[in-house]
Parts: sequence; structure tokens; C-alpha cells
Amino acid sequence: MVPISYYLGLSAILFVTGILGVLLRRNALVIFMSLELMFNASNLLFVAFSAYYKILTGQIFVFFVMAVAAAEVAVGLALMVAIFRTKHSVDVDQVNVLKG
Amino acid sequence: MILSEIARIDPTFGLVPWVVLLPIIGLLLNVLIGKRLGELGIGLIASLASGASFVISILLMLALGHTHGPVTVSFLDWITAPGFTLGWNFRVDTLSVTMMLVVSGVGTLIHIYATSYMHSDVRYNGEPSRYRRFFVFLNLFIADMMLLVSANNYLMLFVGWEGVGLCSYLLIGFWFEKGKDGIGNALAAKKAFIVNRIGDFGVLIAIFILFTTFHTLDFDGIFSKVQLNAPAFQGVILAVTLFMLLGVTGKSAQLPLYVWLPDAMAGPTPVSALIHAATMVTAGVYLVARSNALYVAAPAAQAAVMWVGALTALFAATIAVAQFDIKKVLAYSTISQLGFMVAAVGMGAVTAAMFHLITHAFFKALLFLAAGSVILAMERGYETSEHGHTGNAEEFDPQDMRNMGNLQRRLPWTFWTYLMGALALSGIAPLAGFFSKDEILTVASLTSPWIFVLLILAAFLTAFYMGRQIFLVFFGQARSEAAGNASESSAVVLVPMVILAILSVIGGVLNLPGTTFLEKWITQTVAGKPDQFVLPLAVTSFALALIGLFMAWLVYGIRKPLAHPGEPDPLAPILGKVYNGMQNKWWVDEVYQVLFVRPYQSLSELLAQPVDLGAIDAIGNEIGSSIRSLGNGLRRWENGFVRSYALTLLIGLVVILAYLMVK
Amino acid sequence: MSSGVIIFGVLAIVAVASAIGMLISQNSVYSALFLVVNFSVIAVLYLILGAPFIALAQITVYAGAIVVLFLFVIMMLGTERLTGSGPIRGQRLIAILVGAVFLAEVTVFLIWRSGLTGVITPSATDLSTPVSIGNALFTTYTLPFEATSLILLVAVIGAIVLTHPEQSISRKQTLKTVQKKETRG
Repeated sequence: MVPISYYLGLSAILFVTGILGVLLRRNALVIFMSLELMFNASNLLFVAFSAYYKILTGQIFVFFVMAVAAAEVAVGLALMVAIFRTKHSVDVDQVNVLKG
Repeated sequence: MILSEIARIDPTFGLVPWVVLLPIIGLLLNVLIGKRLGELGIGLIASLASGASFVISILLMLALGHTHGPVTVSFLDWITAPGFTLGWNFRVDTLSVTMMLVVSGVGTLIHIYATSYMHSDVRYNGEPSRYRRFFVFLNLFIADMMLLVSANNYLMLFVGWEGVGLCSYLLIGFWFEKGKDGIGNALAAKKAFIVNRIGDFGVLIAIFILFTTFHTLDFDGIFSKVQLNAPAFQGVILAVTLFMLLGVTGKSAQLPLYVWLPDAMAGPTPVSALIHAATMVTAGVYLVARSNALYVAAPAAQAAVMWVGALTALFAATIAVAQFDIKKVLAYSTISQLGFMVAAVGMGAVTAAMFHLITHAFFKALLFLAAGSVILAMERGYETSEHGHTGNAEEFDPQDMRNMGNLQRRLPWTFWTYLMGALALSGIAPLAGFFSKDEILTVASLTSPWIFVLLILAAFLTAFYMGRQIFLVFFGQARSEAAGNASESSAVVLVPMVILAILSVIGGVLNLPGTTFLEKWITQTVAGKPDQFVLPLAVTSFALALIGLFMAWLVYGIRKPLAHPGEPDPLAPILGKVYNGMQNKWWVDEVYQVLFVRPYQSLSELLAQPVDLGAIDAIGNEIGSSIRSLGNGLRRWENGFVRSYALTLLIGLVVILAYLMVK
Repeated sequence: MSSGVIIFGVLAIVAVASAIGMLISQNSVYSALFLVVNFSVIAVLYLILGAPFIALAQITVYAGAIVVLFLFVIMMLGTERLTGSGPIRGQRLIAILVGAVFLAEVTVFLIWRSGLTGVITPSATDLSTPVSIGNALFTTYTLPFEATSLILLVAVIGAIVLTHPEQSISRKQTLKTVQKKETRG
């Protein structure tokens, strides 16, 4: 009996929290985690609409999103490890060689 | 008339474009291949170009003898606009052919003279490579002057007018790095150009008014309309003639714009002879003669012209009395004689003015050429004396008459030709100058007594200062080593002088009181006042001239004047303060400096510094620096931090969403 | 206030709190743990929305695999304590401001402009049983399914390549020692 706008609002808040995490934190790993948060917010939105319209498509999409998110985390973390090998730091602000 | 019609009348008239084109071809040849030809080749090409113009002018004169009436030859269309077409049309009538003959005839003689004069001059000044440039400019001058006199409309005349002004500038500043303080000649050239510009402004305004009133600039078109209906255009004609008078005072060196001519003596002597004595300065007289139909319709303007001419004649003559530079005396004499001519056209006596123009061309060119010969002789004498060395001879002024003396024995040919010229100028019968000046005086006596008094006084002073010059230069004792060592010039220099001397002597036959050839010739084109010969007046003017010469002999001839160069002029104690004024040119240059030049210069400086640099440049600089600071500010965004790039992405997203929201 | 709304409210508060906790926690391990809480709460929300399969997939994949991966890497790289204020001036302020504006805009679009005022009624039968999802995956969405498998393959290869240590020198050395041993022996 929950109005769908509640779910939309929650999803929006989680999404913006994820964005703030990406923008405000300097630890690359926390940035990744915020990214996962954003994924989850959009997943929530999909599932909510799927329940609202009583069709399955939303949940299928969430399935694929999860798969791709997993793959992305794997590669992203491997990348972080590789960068850490040279920079010995996970501070994203130290990767600024393209400074103009 | 197009060339096919001309062929029916007389094919000779079709030759008229060549009087302009041949000198141009000459100068182009000199520019392109002159260096390889050497001095002889350059001089030959230039003189031949000028000579060919002269030959064509003679042919045109003979053709006009058979076929009367003005003949216009159209050459090409210049301006074709709806409502106004202007072509480069040549006009062959007696007035223009007379000017063509004078310009090309005297011009050719001076070209020949200059081949030898410049040979010495470029070596005296240490720059032999500049020889070619002189003849290029000289030919350009002949071309422009021919353009001026052969034009069939006011605009082509103005093209020639400006062209000769340009050549005058180029030739006065020929030795642009020399002169007082190293820029004297350049300053003189600049002065000539700028003062002439003021006159050109007058001519331009006149042309503008003519165009807006008559919608054509052709002589025939304007004059016929004016003659048909003169009262309708009263105000317009008065304005046009007065503005043209401004141009005349500039180009023909009358009051108040004469100040450039004495300074123009900084140019080499052939330039002074050709441009500033015989031809360019007569362009103003020609303009008034040509526009006689307009001036006849505006008696007030005629009176203005007359007075300007007469006052200038006397004013310049007084200055000439006290000058020490041999060329400056002749310069002021030129201004004075131009005053005679201008007064004559002002009184409507076109024939008298043209007669005096022709004879003046003869003897003034002769006087300048002979003065050049004297200067060359002094330079040669200086080089062979103890202090002589080539190149930089600035401590010794070869043109200062106080350094001369007793040159009659050392330079016989120069002396005799100079004497002929001086006597002709003074108005001694039966030389050419007597007849021409007498006609002007006669007309003046019949027109206005005041003008007559001014002119007759000027004539008296003319005789006086020419006598003074003869005695200072050729008689007495040599006042410097250079004068003592002077040697006669080469034949190439002397032959043109002799020819001009002969012309000065016999030139009177052009318009003798009984057989008035010139009057009959000129009046075919322009109807002026008929020439009259009043015997008592002629005798009076002749007597005055003799008295003038006699007085010069009294002051300068009897006692050995100026035994050393440092002694003051014997005339100074007699005249006292007046002499001071005469010597200082009545301080006109200084007055102009205070009244016009300095305020203008401070205005220029004001506009240059605070206005131009301060305001206008500042605007440009501010725009540049503001963009630079904008770039600097924007550069800080490219900091390489991923987080700030992400923030920018978000901001862009927000903006797009906002736009979609508002839409 | 029905019970559904109350439950939703509690879960929402916990989700947002854990998200904010993850955001402001200075210790990366704590952040990961907060994230686990968040994932779990969202899984419960999925359950409420009638998507049991997705809920369990969420716990398995996200909370179970991804966060564990994160913890592995955090442990390996060492948790650094980075100072809060960084070298970018004004980043914090502008980020928070823009984030707030963004939130406002999104809310306007989602709630106000969309005009969706309905209510989610729980259905009698669950939509996402494994049978129904499997059906959809292997019939309608076969192509994305296969593509996803390819993506996973690529991800595995990429992860291995990126983290592989430099072997070229040691391989040469190994070859040399082998050759030496062969010539000797």
C-alpha cells in the first residue's frame, strides 16, 4: 500500500548520496563503493516500477545490471591495484598528470 | 572626338596622348633598365622623352594653325556612373598648346642641362647612384604637367595638379638626408607639400561645387552653361572662383601660401629652374586663364585675384632685395613675377599674362640655370682650393653671394647669359621681359590706379635687386678662395643657357605691339582684354628699370662692396629697420609658426598621446588583456583532478535538466 | 498509516542512514560494512516489492561477492587515512550545492511531473520466480544474456591481465637457466 512516489524519492536520495560520495571522497575504493550505491538506487527504481506495472521487464534489467556491475567492479579493482603498484596510494587526487 | 573623327580633321591631333605617355615611357625605361645604361643612357632617354613631347607639341601647334577651334580627343573612359561620366579627354586648343610648348621646350633644355649638372652634383654630395632617380622624377613631372595642361575637364586637371605637387615634393627632398641638421631638405619638401595641400583643398571644394551645380566637369559643358545663364549661378561661381583662388595662391606661391617656394630652393638647381620657375608654379595662372569664363562672371573674384597678385608682387620684391642666397633672390623674384601674372589674369588680360608666362619661363629658367652654373663653379673652386674635399662640404655654402665676386672674369659664358636674363627680367627694352611686363602695366593703369602703383613699384625693385645680384656675384673682388678658383662649366651646361638667353632676347617678337601674334593666337580660345601699347607708359617703365639698375650700381657697384664676407650689406645702414625686416622675410614664417604650426602640433600631440594611445589603444589592450585573464581563469579548471571533472559533468547534467524543466 | 508504509519508512531510514554512514566514514572498512547494511536493506525492499529472486541475487552477488572483493582489496592496499579537505578549492561546497539542486530537480521530475500517484499493491503471486525469470532470459532476452556472458569473460581476462606481475625478464632468465642446465647436464 505504499505510494510509488515514496520509492521514487528513496531512490533519488540514494542516488544523490552516491553522487556526493563520488565527488567528495578521495579514496578511490570509497568512490567505487559510492558507484555501487548509485547502481543500487537505479535498480530499486526498476524493481519498483516492475511491481507497479506488474511486468517482468524491470527485474530482468536489474539482473543484467547486477551482472555488468560485478564485472565492472572486478576490472575496476584490478585497475586500482595496478595503479597502487606505481603510486603506492589510492588517493584519486594524485592522478593529476593530465593537468592543463 | 574619337580617333576616327580626328583622322578626318587632321590626324596629327591623334598624337596628343603621346605628350603624356612618352615621358611616362621614358621614366619606366629608366626605372627598369636605367642602372645598366649608365649616366649617359639615363640622361639621353629622359631628354629624348621630353624632346619628343616637344616635337609633338610643335606638330599640334602647326595643326592648330590650319584647323581652328578646340579639338578634344577622348582617350579612355575613367568614371562611368549613372548620371555622371568622366573620361580622360585631351584638349588641344591654343591655350593648352602654348603651355605644352613652354613646358616641354624649357623642360627639354633643362633635361639636357641637368645631365651635366647632376653628374657634378651627385659627386659633390657623395652619392653617384642617385643620378637615375632624378631623371625618373623629372620625367614624371613632365608627364604630370602635360596632363594638367592638356586636360579637358577639371578632374584630370586636378590629377595633373596633384601629380606635379608630388614631383615637387620628391625633387625638393632629393637630398633628403642633407640640409640643416640632416633634415633640412626633408622639412622643406614637407612644407611644400603641406602648404600646397591647403591650396589643393580649395581646388577640391571648387570641383565639388562645380559638380553638384553643373553635374559635369568638362570645360565646354560648364563654360557654355555659365555663358548662357550667368546670373542664375552667381553665388556658385563666386564660391568656385574664390576657392580656386586659394588653390592658385598655393600652387603659384602667392600671398598667403607662398612660404614654401623659398624653402623649395633646397632642391637641386634644375628642379628650381623647371618646377619652381617655369612650369609648375604657372599652373595656377593657367587655371585662372582656363576658367576665364567663370571669372568674367564674378567681378568680385576677379578683383580679389588682382589684389592678391599685385600685393604679392610688391611684397616678394621687397624681400628679394635683402637676401644673400643666390637662389633665394631668384625664388622671391619668381614669386613677385607670378604676382604680375596673377594680377594680369585677375584683370582679365589673359594674353598679357600668358605672354609674361612665356617670357618669364625663358629668362627665369635661364637665371636659375646660370645660377646653377655659378654654384657648380663655386663647388669646383672649393674642391680645388686648399680646404676642398669631396662629400661633406657643409661649412662652405656655395650659394651664398657673400662668398662670390668677380666671377665675370672666370666664368665669361655664364656671365653673359646671366646678364641677358637679368636685363630681360628687369624690363630693359628691347628684351622679352620689357614687352610682356609693359603690357601688364598698361592694363593695370587702365584698370585700377592702386594696382598700377603696386606693380610699378615692384618693377622698380625688380630692376634694383637684379642689379644688386649682378654686381655682388660678377663684379668686385673675389671674396673667397672658391670664387677665386672657379672654373667655367661644360658645354652641355652652357648650351641650354645660351639657347634660353637668345630666347630671352628675341622673345618679345611673340607679341610686339604692332604684330600681336600671341594675342591672335590665344584669343582663339580665351577672349581677354585686348593688349594696348601706350608709349608714354612704356617709356616710363623703361626709365624706371634703368634707374633701378643705376641705383644698384651706386650702392653695390662703385664701392667695392663686402670686401670680406663678414661685412654687412651696404644697404643696411641706409634703410635701417626696414632692411632688417626685408632680410628676415618680414617674419612671415615665424608668424605662421606661432599662429598655425604650433597649435596644430600641440593638437596632434594631444590626439596622439592621451587620445590615441590612452583611450583608443587602451580599449584594444583592455580587450586583449581581459581575454587573457579570462583564459587564465578558465585554465584553472583544467586541473587534472578527476573529481572536479566529475563535478563539471554533474553541473552540465543539472543545467540540462533545468532546461528540460523549464521547457 | 498502514503497516506497509511504516515498514517502508523504517527500511528507508536505515538505508539512507547507512548510505550516509558509508559516505562520511573515514575508515574504508567501515564504509564497506555500511555498504553491506545498505545492500541488505535494499534486498529486503525487493522482497517487499515482490521480487524474491532479485532479492536473493542482490545478497549473493552484491553483498556476498562484490563487497567481499572490496574488502579483499582494502585489506591488500591498506586503509589510508586521507585528510578530508583536498587540493581542490570549493569542491565540497559546490558539490553539495549542486547535489542538492540535482536532488530537487530529480524529485520534481520523478514525483511532480511524472504524475504517478498510484500505489504499489502487493500481488498474490510473485512475479519473479526463477521459472519466470529463466523463461524470459532464455526466450525473449537471449541475446543480452549471451552478451553478458561475454562481458563477464572479458572482465575476468581484464582483471587477470591488469594484475599480472611483469614476467618478461624472469621468463628470459628462466629460459637461460634452463638452457644452461641443458648444456651442462
